[in-house]
Amino acid sequence: CGVYLCTFSGVEDELELSAVRHRPEGLEQLEAQTRFSRKELQILYRGFKNECPSGVVNEETFKDIYSQFFPQGDASTYAHFLFNAFDTDHNGSVSFEDFVMGLSILLRGTVQEKLNWAFNLYDINKDGYITKEEMLDIMKAIYDMMGKCTYPVLKEETPRQHVEVFFQKMDKNKDGVVTIDEFIDCCQNDENIMRSMHLFENVL
Amino acid sequence: MATGVAAWLPFARAAAIGWMPVANCPMPIAPRDNSKRQDELIILNVSGRRFQTWRTTLDRYPDTLLGSSEKDFFYNEETKEYFFDRDPDAFRSILNFYRTGKLHYPRHECISAYDEELTFFGIIPEIIGDCCYEEYKDRKRENLERLQDDQEENKDMKMPNMNFRETMWRAFENPHTSTMALVFYYVTGFFIAISVITNVVETVPCGSTANQKDMPCGERYTVAFFCMDTACVMIFTVEYLMRLFAAPSRYRFMRSVMSIIDVVAILPYYIGLVMTNNEDVSGAFVTLRVFRVFRIFKFSRHSQGLRILGYTLKSCASELGFLLFSLTMAIIIFATVMFYAEKGSSSSKFTSIPASFWYTIVTMTTLGYGDMVPKTIAGKIFGSICSLSGVLVIALPVPVIVSNFSRIYHQNQRADKRRAQKKARLARIRIAKSGSANAFLQSKHNGLLNELLELTGTEEDEHKLTKSISLLESQHHHLLHCLEKTTAHEFVDEQIFEQNCLETALQTFPSGSPSMSDHDSPVGGCCGRRGKKNNPLPNASLLTAHPIPTHQGPLQELSAIHIQSSDPLSHTASRSNLNLKTGDSSKINCKGGRITTAIISLPTPPALTPDGDGLHGPPQRRPPPPPGNPPPPSIQTTTSSAGINIVKVSAL
Repeated sequence: CGVYLCTFSGVEDELELSAVRHRPEGLEQLEAQTRFSRKELQILYRGFKNECPSGVVNEETFKDIYSQFFPQGDASTYAHFLFNAFDTDHNGSVSFEDFVMGLSILLRGTVQEKLNWAFNLYDINKDGYITKEEMLDIMKAIYDMMGKCTYPVLKEETPRQHVEVFFQKMDKNKDGVVTIDEFIDCCQNDENIMRSMHLFENVL
Repeated sequence: MATGVAAWLPFARAAAIGWMPVANCPMPIAPRDNSKRQDELIILNVSGRRFQTWRTTLDRYPDTLLGSSEKDFFYNEETKEYFFDRDPDAFRSILNFYRTGKLHYPRHECISAYDEELTFFGIIPEIIGDCCYEEYKDRKRENLERLQDDQEENKDMKMPNMNFRETMWRAFENPHTSTMALVFYYVTGFFIAISVITNVVETVPCGSTANQKDMPCGERYTVAFFCMDTACVMIFTVEYLMRLFAAPSRYRFMRSVMSIIDVVAILPYYIGLVMTNNEDVSGAFVTLRVFRVFRIFKFSRHSQGLRILGYTLKSCASELGFLLFSLTMAIIIFATVMFYAEKGSSSSKFTSIPASFWYTIVTMTTLGYGDMVPKTIAGKIFGSICSLSGVLVIALPVPVIVSNFSRIYHQNQRADKRRAQKKARLARIRIAKSGSANAFLQSKHNGLLNELLELTGTEEDEHKLTKSISLLESQHHHLLHCLEKTTAHEFVDEQIFEQNCLETALQTFPSGSPSMSDHDSPVGGCCGRRGKKNNPLPNASLLTAHPIPTHQGPLQELSAIHIQSSDPLSHTASRSNLNLKTGDSSKINCKGGRITTAIISLPTPPALTPDGDGLHGPPQRRPPPPPGNPPPPSIQTTTSSAGINIVKVSAL
């Protein structure tokens, strides 16, 4: 009969207080800091605020939003890396300024800046070197987004092989790590990569 | 793609730069956005209330009306806005869906109105947010049940062609449909009651006569009771067999609960008949008598409350199961405890755990007979805990069952109330509807009279006649007229149609006479015409029941005179002639004069009559005269040429 004597725990305790609110800097300042026009900033902010009414994106929401674009696979790992790349001050949330700065580089930056950003993305621990393990993580995350149903069928060692190819191309002094200069040099010499850098310029 | 995040697509594409250095092959070319529209404000005018939003907001959901090019159909060039003639209140939640990505269901809105709005704007209700989805589903289910109730009532309506078996089945299922069914219903109810009372009284001890001890009445008046029993079983057997015969699906009927109850009610008697002489199984025979009490369940056909109770119990099966399970658990626990507690005391009634079950049950249900009581202190303590917890265990699932019962009961009450209200409602609706249907027939009538006036009457009369009929109405009537012409059938009044069908159902011989069919055009034999001449009065009522406008004075007189004329068939003649003329008016407008004479000339109706009869005459009653009957001259030509048409028309 003990089961009848247990008490119910209060449900009210579980209400979270969403106290986080963030307001971005003024429009003029952002206009000065980024390469977007006023109208573009307006459009970006409206989309941003719609999804995140509190003004900041936390990692969970970020992963959710990004995963919606890749329904077949699991985009959460890559979204995690992206989040870290956008969250420049590493405070666990991406505010509108972070968001818009990142986009400014990606869409309106010079090739140098874009390559810098990509290197930053791959360098998970931000120590200035890309190791094979870091690259493998990134590669696996990218392949995860593909999901299971691919043609040809995805094999276990495909990411690893891809990493080997990458390192062969990028690691000039064969020391097992890729530095920023090696990376930028190599990419600037590669025609495909150069062309693809300009691919998304007219996105907005 | 869940399009709430469509605004983030530029971001996702930009982030794709992260893959570029890793890729080994060249990337595909990006699609160009040539229609580079600046984001603009769109104005949505919904019944006067203006909503404004960005175009990109609406573009988020391209498979809805507002997100696709479908909204261009509603674009108003002059005011440069999109106009929708819909409810602005409901539109609010729809627009909010575009803005926030979540669809909410406003509670004050009627569920079917809301559904319609959603369908109009191309939004599927399944995306209603979790906050409102449950409410939406509940209301929808309620509404569906309500509509289902309405549909079930329609089954009561008699269908025109039901054979004897179907009629019988219907009589069994719905006793209020005919008097016979009601009588049957009450008779069976009466006999069930008699049977049950007999079973009860059988065991009452009647006064002792010469014997020492009291005998139960059953043994004293064996023959009487046996006859009573036999009579009841006879009735029940007959009833069961009749139901079996009438059932549309015998197999399904035999499997249904009610029929099983019926069988169980009468079987013991037959088994008893077979086995009376065998001494060994007479014990079993006595047991069989117990099953006679199941006759009382036959009352559930007569009592709706009983059926509801049964249905409730069925629907609360899981709650009942839980109640039973928890009770069993508690009983076992307490019985064990009590047994061991009382083991010490001498002369305790708690001889074993199963023996303690009885105590536990009696205590938990707070009956407390007192035939078994604990004597030790421990026993008393545990006994009191037992009775306290018993109250709780039973009280917990009971409200669930009660609320279920209440809901079903009220639903049934509602259904009954609706059924009562429905008749009045339907009658009013029917009157309103028949107004419009008769408007067409009326306008045909008027159209014809119009032509008559055109030809004979003065200008004033003509103006008087021309009723101000709206353009919409006239176009509608023209459409109906075209349909009549296409199918070579005509619209008739509902009453007439029903009566005709009744006749055709009851007519035993084939109604189409061969000679008739010769004249017929290959149009099928709709019973419309033939019935008309048998039922002149409805025609008359048709003509008079409708408010003929008062300025049609002279014509009203005319038609009145027609009606007053004693020969009923002339009515039909005149009416069908009228209709005929409507049909022919397109062809023989030029021969107007003849038409005129045919109708206005009062003395001639009797002359018309025999022809009229013959022309569309009753195939069964008289052989139709050949159209070349010698009729009076001018009229005849018309009528005979019309006559052929009459034949055609009236055969329909």
